[in-house]
Amino acid sequence: MSRPGRDDAPDRLYTVTQGRSRSTPGTPFDLVTLVVAECDAVPGMQSEHAAILRLAERPTAVAEVAAELRLPISITKILLSDLLAEGRVSARHPRRAEIAGRPDPDILEQVLVGLRNL
Amino acid sequence: MDSATSEPTADAGRPSGVSTPNTGTPDTGTPDTGTPESGTSESGTSDARTPLEASADNGLKIVIVGGFGVGKTTMIHSVSEIRPLSTEETITGAGGTVDDVSAVPGKSRTTVAFDFGRITLSARTVLYLFGAPGQERFWYLWDRLFTGALGAVVLVDTRRIDDSWYAIDRLERLGTPFIVARNDFGGPAHTPDQVRDALDLAPHIPLLDCDARSRDSGKRVLITLIEHIKSLYLAEDPQVIERVRAARSPYEAEGAAGTPHAPHTPQDQATAPAQELAR
Repeated sequence: MSRPGRDDAPDRLYTVTQGRSRSTPGTPFDLVTLVVAECDAVPGMQSEHAAILRLAERPTAVAEVAAELRLPISITKILLSDLLAEGRVSARHPRRAEIAGRPDPDILEQVLVGLRNL
Repeated sequence: MDSATSEPTADAGRPSGVSTPNTGTPDTGTPDTGTPESGTSESGTSDARTPLEASADNGLKIVIVGGFGVGKTTMIHSVSEIRPLSTEETITGAGGTVDDVSAVPGKSRTTVAFDFGRITLSARTVLYLFGAPGQERFWYLWDRLFTGALGAVVLVDTRRIDDSWYAIDRLERLGTPFIVARNDFGGPAHTPDQVRDALDLAPHIPLLDCDARSRDSGKRVLITLIEHIKSLYLAEDPQVIERVRAARSPYEAEGAAGTPHAPHTPQDQATAPAQELAR
């Protein structure tokens, strides 16, 4: 299996993020934040941005975007924050599974029901 | 900067025959638990990925931690609705004391690869299962990747039980709820008590046997984890314990009746929650 990003030429990673190595401070993307495209890819768009918009026609987790693009998570988050800032994607962040440091019983119950129905 | 520069084709997804002494290879290919798909180069292609419902809006995480070859990816494969995907994160700078940086001359970053799968729980809720290596460098990434995880499953191979020590220690320090699942590799039989002793496992932490190849078995592991988290939460309120006990019984019946082919001992997971409640 390929190891995305690992053996990529670093200049590719540099180029796709225009040299940035971290996303904007405060960008709250989680591994499981679900990203949804708010517009279509247009000609002339950076190819990674276009690929994300195609992937995210339906809700797609950050981890899935990274896996499909074969880019490290951190690089993927930079690309996503660009698109978010431009309003081209929206982000559905995980609801806090904890309330005051304790697991939210409603969420746990939902998970249990879902797992039992598998 | 990076010695891999000279091989720009390495990301084309073809097996290059060059393996790195690292965690990049998913552990599907254990000799005795390999799934039919393990080892194919096509995992991670788009056509394997069923889209989520448009209404999906809440992603949850469970992390399966274990050493190389213990069956993490096999377990994810058993319960996931998509073929496991693989991704990675790099550690640069701040993680610079990490072990393998020095082992790769000229390399200024190190990489942790992990596989994951997905279970749609409802129209809105999606559970992601991440398989994570337990080595030291992985834990530098925990805060960045896995904060907010519901909990963790430590997957143990009793033939290499020492591998799990570190993971258990870290999870305890992080305060992340976890259970221990012993994947059955057909090795010498140990009693649950022997395994508990070997892992120095606190009595309230569930320990169960599983067969990572079995969907029912994997499902039972996940349910046991959630029940455990629930009991940790509810244990502080004695009035609720009775309700937990009542709510739990249907599951115990189901767990005991299911998966006749899985070489597990049903009483393991049935007794573990009871121990918790007895505390």
